[in-house]
Amino acid sequence: MRLHDDVLGRLEAEAIHIFREVAAECERPVLLFSGGKDSAVLLYLARKAFFPAPPPFPLLHVDTMWKFREMYAFRDQAAADAGMELLVHRNPEAEAEGINPFDHGASVHTDLWKTQGLKQALDLHRFDAAFGGARRDEEKSRAKERIVSVRSPAHGWDPKRQRPELWSLYNTRLSAGESLRVFPLSNWTEIDVWRYVQREAIALPSLYFAAERPVIERDGALLMLDDDRMALRPGEQARPRRVRFRTLGCWPLTAAVDSDADTLDAVIREVRDSLMSERQGRAIDHDPAASMERKKREGYF
Amino acid sequence: MAPDTAPREIVRLITCGSVDDGKSTLIGRLLFEAGAVPADQTAALPQIDGEADLSFLVDGLAAEREQGITIDVAYRFFDIGERRFILADTPGHEQYTRNMVTAASTADLAIVLVDARKGVLTQTRRHSRLLALLGVRRVVLAVNKMDLVGGSRDRFDAIVEDYRAFAAAIGLTDVTAIPVSARRGDNVMIAGAMPWFAGPTLMAHLQTVRVSEAAPGPLRMAVQGVTRHADFRGVAGRIASGTVHPGDAVRILPSGVRAAIARIVTADGDLEQAHAGQSVTLTLTPDVDVSRGDLIAADAPPEVADQLDAHVVWMSDRPLLSGRAYWLKLGPATVSARVSDIRHKVNVDTGEELAAATLSLNDIGRCTLALDAPVAFEPYAVNRDLGGFILIDRMTNETAGAGMIRFALRRSANVRPQALSVSRADRAALKRQSPLVLWFTGLSGAGKSTIANRVEQRLNAGGLHTVLLDGDNVRHGLNRDLGFTDADRVENIRRVAEVARLMTDAGLIVLVSFISPFRDERRMARERMEPGEFVEIFVDAPLEVAEARDVKGLYAKARAGQLTNFTGIDSAYEPPESPELHIDAAAVSPDEAADRIMALIRARQAG
Repeated sequence: MRLHDDVLGRLEAEAIHIFREVAAECERPVLLFSGGKDSAVLLYLARKAFFPAPPPFPLLHVDTMWKFREMYAFRDQAAADAGMELLVHRNPEAEAEGINPFDHGASVHTDLWKTQGLKQALDLHRFDAAFGGARRDEEKSRAKERIVSVRSPAHGWDPKRQRPELWSLYNTRLSAGESLRVFPLSNWTEIDVWRYVQREAIALPSLYFAAERPVIERDGALLMLDDDRMALRPGEQARPRRVRFRTLGCWPLTAAVDSDADTLDAVIREVRDSLMSERQGRAIDHDPAASMERKKREGYF
Repeated sequence: MAPDTAPREIVRLITCGSVDDGKSTLIGRLLFEAGAVPADQTAALPQIDGEADLSFLVDGLAAEREQGITIDVAYRFFDIGERRFILADTPGHEQYTRNMVTAASTADLAIVLVDARKGVLTQTRRHSRLLALLGVRRVVLAVNKMDLVGGSRDRFDAIVEDYRAFAAAIGLTDVTAIPVSARRGDNVMIAGAMPWFAGPTLMAHLQTVRVSEAAPGPLRMAVQGVTRHADFRGVAGRIASGTVHPGDAVRILPSGVRAAIARIVTADGDLEQAHAGQSVTLTLTPDVDVSRGDLIAADAPPEVADQLDAHVVWMSDRPLLSGRAYWLKLGPATVSARVSDIRHKVNVDTGEELAAATLSLNDIGRCTLALDAPVAFEPYAVNRDLGGFILIDRMTNETAGAGMIRFALRRSANVRPQALSVSRADRAALKRQSPLVLWFTGLSGAGKSTIANRVEQRLNAGGLHTVLLDGDNVRHGLNRDLGFTDADRVENIRRVAEVARLMTDAGLIVLVSFISPFRDERRMARERMEPGEFVEIFVDAPLEVAEARDVKGLYAKARAGQLTNFTGIDSAYEPPESPELHIDAAAVSPDEAADRIMALIRARQAG
């Protein structure tokens, strides 16, 4: 019985409550699913919330063409296991222009594929609520994010228009064109996610666990070559190195860390004792100060 | 390496104090000492006197950083021993009440910060009153900046005595006082800087202070939804209080239908027992009708009422107007509700009760609410989740207010609708007509009454039974106690809508000629009528045209400042967005307008 009263039990009960509230009040919700650990936990909780029925909404992957190959396979398998429809959206303009992180830079790549791609997909399917795995402990501007967050018809986030959230009451009412982003993992920390993965034996891509991988070192970051699309600079050569990923995004923008943690126990110890924040490996967050807030105003998740 | 042990319980914490009290520094210090700050973030901190400025850890949004203040609620996480703390950090400036009330709504425990040099201030009293109102009963009084008063025990004792006396008077009796210096860290984690102080450090106290167990009391679970899958049908919800077992007898409220719990279903298998805080799915036997917003209750069931006495905190720039309809959300139940009476407003600085006609942003009032449908509830003091509600503005959809139920008013329980033998359809059939409300809205002088008068003449000549309610005439009688403030305008329309409703019950065709400037109230009037019976006619004359006509000389008076709150001059007119009929009063003559209205009526009467 005590299992339900500990931190993970309380966080699980809260997340299920949020899923049920939004599914009951919104017309067309969708769960954003990338194949990373947070979205895997999110999907797992959604399945619990509506058990024995499948969740009453589809999965959406906003693809960038640059995710790790293993994430694509994991994504397809997870959707099939859940018996849920998987929608994949790729920004046709970015596809036509061949936008990539090398020629266009991290900012343009992320904006066109992820930010614009997400807006297009939400408009195309007329989704009025999108569940995402963002957590308040990830980044400063996330610490103020609501669990249910209102976006303008242009998908912009205005910190001044966010609604006060009292008790466990969520205001899901929308004016024409507005939509919601919903974060059931708001009150989870990175270590909670890992402990929950372990307690519930949730499958994850093996990239989260240490293994010998072909790695180059560029600008102080360890990049794993997931395919042959990256042009190497003079002197650069892929060398096998024992690494893992704390977070998974587009492979040229996601740095690995040296690690021997090849089991869940070892990963949890490493995360617990780590002195660096999780998003440190993401190139997108190393823009000028307050970059996350600016991206959110522009419609980034 | 030590084996991994997860924290066992969550404690939700709120800190209260102004920027000058060193609140951000204290929070930064707590996060730092608890090991919740990654090295890359510590390295990025600006330095003050060779030490990292910890207050910078809790500065969030760019706009706020520029102003040097925080303007919203931010949530931080840290573990001390076996406890996970979720700290709601609120700012000390404008919007304070709204933000603090939001943060306090879920808090188990509060840290009230006082500057040792300044002692208990008006602001300290305001924060404490809000804590009492929101039901945060456990308080840590952190007397900060002790290093700046030389660690004086006398100063500390005087402040504590002062605070305790005040706190006890407002119902806060569980107060633990600790002298600290957040900047130096004294008595935050390390004791000893003030040898005379024998109590625990702040972190030691947080680690051991008793916080509320899961809500005791009889079983209550609000139904979030019904889960259906093949033959399975279960009700999903999170248990708000008590425990549940298969076989327990329960009632479904508000209907009062009885059933028993068959199974407690979860994805991890059926449970033999579940208790407050858990999200579960229950199956019932017999499989009675249950829907979202119902409450499943065991033992002495809670009250069901449609008239409530509650404290309301206003959070919107659009003031609360009594009589205006809002959405009231209580758990998963959403009903239309009006504040029928503001009994008084509370001055949070002094506790004084003041008369008030409206509530503005950050005001707190004690109100009577009238709901369109009854809800099951517990008083807020008994259970926050079953007694706390929000009010949603029906036009902007913003969360405009938050309320805490005190009790139900008996008057609604004793007045039950009387079943009548002759129906409204019977009365209308005798007149050989369908009841209808023709609602003329527009500026003063637009021509509403002229057009309404012609339409009524034609209807009367055609043998139809009518009545015309004219704004000026009704204000001489039924509504002669009302003025022209926004609040009175709302009540003016509420009354005339009720009268129009009664007259349609009598089978009449009702012509209402009122400026009725606000969309919310016209929608309220529409919703009072049966579907299809409300016809909104927008008599649209530009202000220049209406003012040039000025039949009653009112515009001239308003311009001269002899009339205030005059629609179009110093009071707003919100034009209809989709009226049934839009008449351009500058281009169409009253007879032509009447022709169009008659065509519309004939279509409705034929249908």
